[in-house]
Amino acid sequence: MQTFMFYLLAVVAVASAIMVITRRQPVYSVLYLVLTFFCVAAFYVMLGAQFLAAIQIIVYAGAIMVLFLFVVMMLNLREPEEMEGRTVWPAFGAIVGVGLGLVLLAYLFGGEGRLPMVQDYTQSYALGRPDSMGRSLFTEFVLPFEIAGVLLLAAVVGAVALAKRDRG
Amino acid sequence: MPDIVAYLIEKNLVTVGIFGVVLGVVALLTYGERKVAGWMQDRNGPNRAGPFGIFQVVADGVKFFAKEEFIPDRANKWLFVMAPTFTFIAAGTIMAVIPFGDRIVVGGREILLQIADVNIGVLYILAIGSLSVYGIIAGGWASNNKYSLMGGLRASSQMISYEIAMGLAIVALIMDHGSFSLRAIVLDQAGPIWNWSVFTHPIGFLIFYVAAFAEAGRIPFDLPEAENELVGGYHTEYSSMKFGLFMFGEYTHFTLASGIIATLYFGGWTIPWVMPPETPGILWGLLSFVVFWIKALFFVFVFMWVRWTLPRFRYDQLMGLGWKRMIPLGIFNIVLTGGLILAFEAWGIAEFTIGIFIAAIVLTGLLIVIFDALSPKETRATHVAGSEKV
Repeated sequence: MQTFMFYLLAVVAVASAIMVITRRQPVYSVLYLVLTFFCVAAFYVMLGAQFLAAIQIIVYAGAIMVLFLFVVMMLNLREPEEMEGRTVWPAFGAIVGVGLGLVLLAYLFGGEGRLPMVQDYTQSYALGRPDSMGRSLFTEFVLPFEIAGVLLLAAVVGAVALAKRDRG
Repeated sequence: MPDIVAYLIEKNLVTVGIFGVVLGVVALLTYGERKVAGWMQDRNGPNRAGPFGIFQVVADGVKFFAKEEFIPDRANKWLFVMAPTFTFIAAGTIMAVIPFGDRIVVGGREILLQIADVNIGVLYILAIGSLSVYGIIAGGWASNNKYSLMGGLRASSQMISYEIAMGLAIVALIMDHGSFSLRAIVLDQAGPIWNWSVFTHPIGFLIFYVAAFAEAGRIPFDLPEAENELVGGYHTEYSSMKFGLFMFGEYTHFTLASGIIATLYFGGWTIPWVMPPETPGILWGLLSFVVFWIKALFFVFVFMWVRWTLPRFRYDQLMGLGWKRMIPLGIFNIVLTGGLILAFEAWGIAEFTIGIFIAAIVLTGLLIVIFDALSPKETRATHVAGSEKV
């Protein structure tokens, strides 16, 4: 059952991720990206990280993508014109993408025991609970947690400063 | 194996039952809202179809399906058709984690009157609640109509703003109850009536309730469909059952929001001073179910009451309220709750005292905020034209 669900979700996730970059209509890209985020959240649930799954939906699907959609609609982006002149970027992107894919595949089939496997689901289930997440965030990883907090604060202050300057 | 079969049968029955009850209540509410409106405006309301007009619901359903279905010429067909279903699905899936009643023990089996008691229940509500805006945005954009697009844009910014306030209100609640599971939060409020979180978190309750109005898009926060500015807002181009789904989605949303308010702040299915029994029978299960609905329907009534009482906000007022009042108030509430929990843990004073203390401080804070909101601002018209001359 678990394996079946995994492959079902994996197919949907990869297919929607491909749709994100092949659609010409930006609104479709955004909506497919939301679908991809949903599949990723479902993977988190299957790995026992329910808290992360909920946060994934709240932050990405619920807030960031709504803002993306807001901007896309504000600018009222229609299908873009055919790109003027050929640039080197599509070819460059293809090379990087194919190369990265090859590396990952090589790693995947490169030998036994390279991929970490979840052996004990009950253990990971307990780890993914909000209370144990919070405990480890505030004890073991308190320094990275605080640094991330300061970084976010800096980003917020920067955003406010930018918005203020506009008004003059 | 038979265990799994029994489990599947049980879960399916509970799910179908809850789904049926919720949709039935929501359908009746479309009639109830007009009855309440009639009562408030001193008129009859629907009274033609059946006794007291109760079959108005059926008549409306038939009418919705029989009306001409119209898709604008240059609309985006796929999204235009999908949008109402997005809204309805997002509103409906919230019901999966709401505890509609206590457990029932039948023949040694324990049946929970809740579809799923997950340990991230509160986060699930926030997550799914934030998704309901996609239907509105998609519908507004796909209609290929400027008014609809404006409605969609308003909906997206409004939802994002009030979601933050709602999340902040919930953080303080979670700090007190120590669990994201809605069932655990309800059980924590069992006992005397002052165990209800509304007494320990009055300020959080206020923020949550206002944010729930904004999330459900009800008056005074129904700017996405403000008919005097935007014709019909995001559903201007929608007709027949597609519009019906939008409307039904809104009713489902605020009905379930009322249920969530009852669960989080008013003890859910518990009865004050009555502790849930060790081996609850069917009668107790039914009783808890009824108690839950009495509480939830009271808040549904308040939703309607407010609709026929308050006028709509202006858009800048809406944003100002969300960002300059609700969010600072929410942060203040978190700091206050955290400080009080720490202080009272150190001194070992019972919870009820916390409640009174918080209430005192909160009332002061509220007075300040209300006073601030009522004081004249330069953006408002400082006088009514001609009033002083007459």
